[in-house]
Amino acid sequence: MSAGIDAVLQPHHTAAQQTANTTMASTQRSQDIKPKITVENTDFFYGEKQALFRVALTVPAHQVTAFIGPSGCGKSTLLRCFNRLNDLVEGARITGRICLDGKDIYAPSVDVTDLRTRVGMVFQKVNPFPKSIYQNVVYGPQLQGVRRRSVLDGIVEESLQGAGLWEEVKDRLHQSALGLSGGQQQRLCIARALAVNPEVLLMDEPCSALDPISTAKIEELLHSLKAQLTVVIVTHNMQQAARISDLTGFFLMGELIEYAETKTIFTNPSDSRTEDYVTGRFG
Amino acid sequence: MPDRIKKFLDSGALFIWFCGTAVAASLLMVGGVLLLIMINGLGFFWPHALVEMTLSDGTRVLGELKSEEVIPYSETPEFPKGKTRVRLKVGNRDLYGLDFRWVDTDRIASADSPKDAVAFERREWGNFYGRIREVSRGEDIVATGNQEGWQALQPLIGRANDLHEEIEHLQRDVIGDINYEIEGTRLRIRELELHGRSQTPEVTELQAATKQLESRYHKHVETLRALSRQLDEYSVVLVETNGSEKRLAVGQIVKALRPNDMSLIEKILRYFINFWSVLSEEPREANTEGGIFPAIFGTVMMVLIMSVAVVPFGVLAAFYLREYARQGLIVRVIRIAVNNLAGVPSIVFGVFGLGFFVYAVGGTIDNLFYPEALPTPTFGTGGILWASFTLALLTVPVVIVSTEEGLSAVPQEYREGSLALGATKFESMLRVILPSALPGILTGLILAVARATGEVAPLMLTGVVKLAPALPLDHHFPFLHFERKFMHLGFHIFDVGFQSPNVEAAKPMVYVTTLILVMVVIGLNLSAVALRNYMQKKFKASAV
Repeated sequence: MSAGIDAVLQPHHTAAQQTANTTMASTQRSQDIKPKITVENTDFFYGEKQALFRVALTVPAHQVTAFIGPSGCGKSTLLRCFNRLNDLVEGARITGRICLDGKDIYAPSVDVTDLRTRVGMVFQKVNPFPKSIYQNVVYGPQLQGVRRRSVLDGIVEESLQGAGLWEEVKDRLHQSALGLSGGQQQRLCIARALAVNPEVLLMDEPCSALDPISTAKIEELLHSLKAQLTVVIVTHNMQQAARISDLTGFFLMGELIEYAETKTIFTNPSDSRTEDYVTGRFG
Repeated sequence: MPDRIKKFLDSGALFIWFCGTAVAASLLMVGGVLLLIMINGLGFFWPHALVEMTLSDGTRVLGELKSEEVIPYSETPEFPKGKTRVRLKVGNRDLYGLDFRWVDTDRIASADSPKDAVAFERREWGNFYGRIREVSRGEDIVATGNQEGWQALQPLIGRANDLHEEIEHLQRDVIGDINYEIEGTRLRIRELELHGRSQTPEVTELQAATKQLESRYHKHVETLRALSRQLDEYSVVLVETNGSEKRLAVGQIVKALRPNDMSLIEKILRYFINFWSVLSEEPREANTEGGIFPAIFGTVMMVLIMSVAVVPFGVLAAFYLREYARQGLIVRVIRIAVNNLAGVPSIVFGVFGLGFFVYAVGGTIDNLFYPEALPTPTFGTGGILWASFTLALLTVPVVIVSTEEGLSAVPQEYREGSLALGATKFESMLRVILPSALPGILTGLILAVARATGEVAPLMLTGVVKLAPALPLDHHFPFLHFERKFMHLGFHIFDVGFQSPNVEAAKPMVYVTTLILVMVVIGLNLSAVALRNYMQKKFKASAV
């Protein structure tokens, strides 16, 4: 397993890599873990302000990848590049290449709505729509033109079960989603994202507004989700990153400082700044 | 000591008092207005007692006691200070010339409320207060004396009212329909003439049809005359309290009451009957009597048309400004302009509506689609559509501002959440943002309705009339007649209160109309509020 991850993590041949993440060089290759998202030499600007500096990394398929770092370090920005949600920001600009399954997602031929059904997202601020639980889950499938009631019913049950919420809400599917507790609402958001069958699930600090029990439920969920899809999670909570992720990237001031197996990052980081951060000396 | 004062001022206790006083003053003013309208308006329907007074010079006065006051400027020798006088509604305008009379309290020798005094409501000349001398059919006397006459009169009045109803039905529905058809064929013939086809068989056919319609018309006019004669069949001689006589046809009497002989329950019942007849009947006597149904109908219909016009218009504009337009100088200027539009005097909108909607748009429509009716304008004159559109323009800033506020209150997370699920911006707006902004939009509608219902000035230029011959909604295709002129409660108040020949007699009607206008505003607002609350409930659940 570890060898496989290392294989994926093998650096791309860009200048940026030289400084940041050449440390996990490995010559071993494995076929069972494929790269899902590759980021090559990416800069990102909000107007004049540069938010990402020459970032390059590879997210392996069917793994949980965590991005950690202090506030404003660019980890969320990178996450939102993966489904092009940054397109909404006025004056946002990106250079470099981000590929999903080897295809550039910023190519002119790419249909953004199509991309977003392949790359789902769960937000920091819990955001179920002010509709019924059922309506929330079928929102995505309906956009894709699914109309048959029986099909939608199936999707709802499957997605809610996937998000571990089915047992709690099956009797009140047609009540407002806003009547659920915070943790339930966040799991509903996960179910809503799962309903369109994404290949990648982006999670932007999904537990920061939740109590420990709800957090534990969602962390548990991530383990089971790994089998179906690739998870990229941004978190402020280093224990969480250590608990749930297979790989961890540490960001600072828009740069990817270190990217390696989670175990390595937390026990034997190669960069002193990473070590300072994970041991709580700053950040 | 100054220290304590400073401490007191800093504590804010005084400020709370100021705030409380401001709220109390506002409530008091609103409450006072409502109370004044209610007292004056609701009293109108009550069957008031009749007072008969014998004055010191032997003459007598019979009427409703309206008010009592200290005589102003009563410091001259012949009017010493502190004297009072009473005001009576004595009716009998055809005999006395005036409906009201002041009587100095000093001059009243005796007063009582005779059970046999009758108050007649007449179709012309206002009320008559007095007694019945005789009831006759042509030359034959059917009943004599007050008591006998009263009993003989009851069925006759009922029958006369039935006849009136029949006449009205005949005039408005039957003959109205025929007129409508005659006008239709006339326009069709004119249209064919304009196309140079005045010699075709169709024209001949139409002319024949017109002849037929005209003969039907004349037949019905005959029936109408016969019915009118029946109304004049019975007549009654009334006598006022001093003995002057007045003969009139029973058909002239709407109702006769003996208010002093009525029990409380009868009075309450009569109260509601009167209330209903004002709501449901058409006006009489230059609007000062009868009901105000056409005005209520016109007001409500105009507000509904206005709502239908203003909401999509304002909502689309707000969506563009908030969701699509690049937020910059131009959008800011537009926003300021929209806000200022709300402050433009309404008469300015009236002038614009007249110039743009009525003359420019309406005139063009007439030239293009109704050339056969010219020179009589169809849309090129004031009408309910143009009045509604003018008010829609007047209220569109309110809807834009509220919708924008509603849109900005929709959390950014909803937009992102929707887009992240593969929705386009349009889909997100339609399925998530619009429903969430709906309460804001409906708040705008509520404000717009409140503003529009009370507007009168622009309507006077764009389609309101004192008396509309037909409602803008009837059974003739296409049912809604947007080009028709209409009546409006606000204008009705102005017209009855300030343009009628007998202002004092019309005063109760002014208050009643005001009361009903306020009720219509409240009713329309409450239904909009109910709609908003329903929507809110639909989209939000109570917190857990």
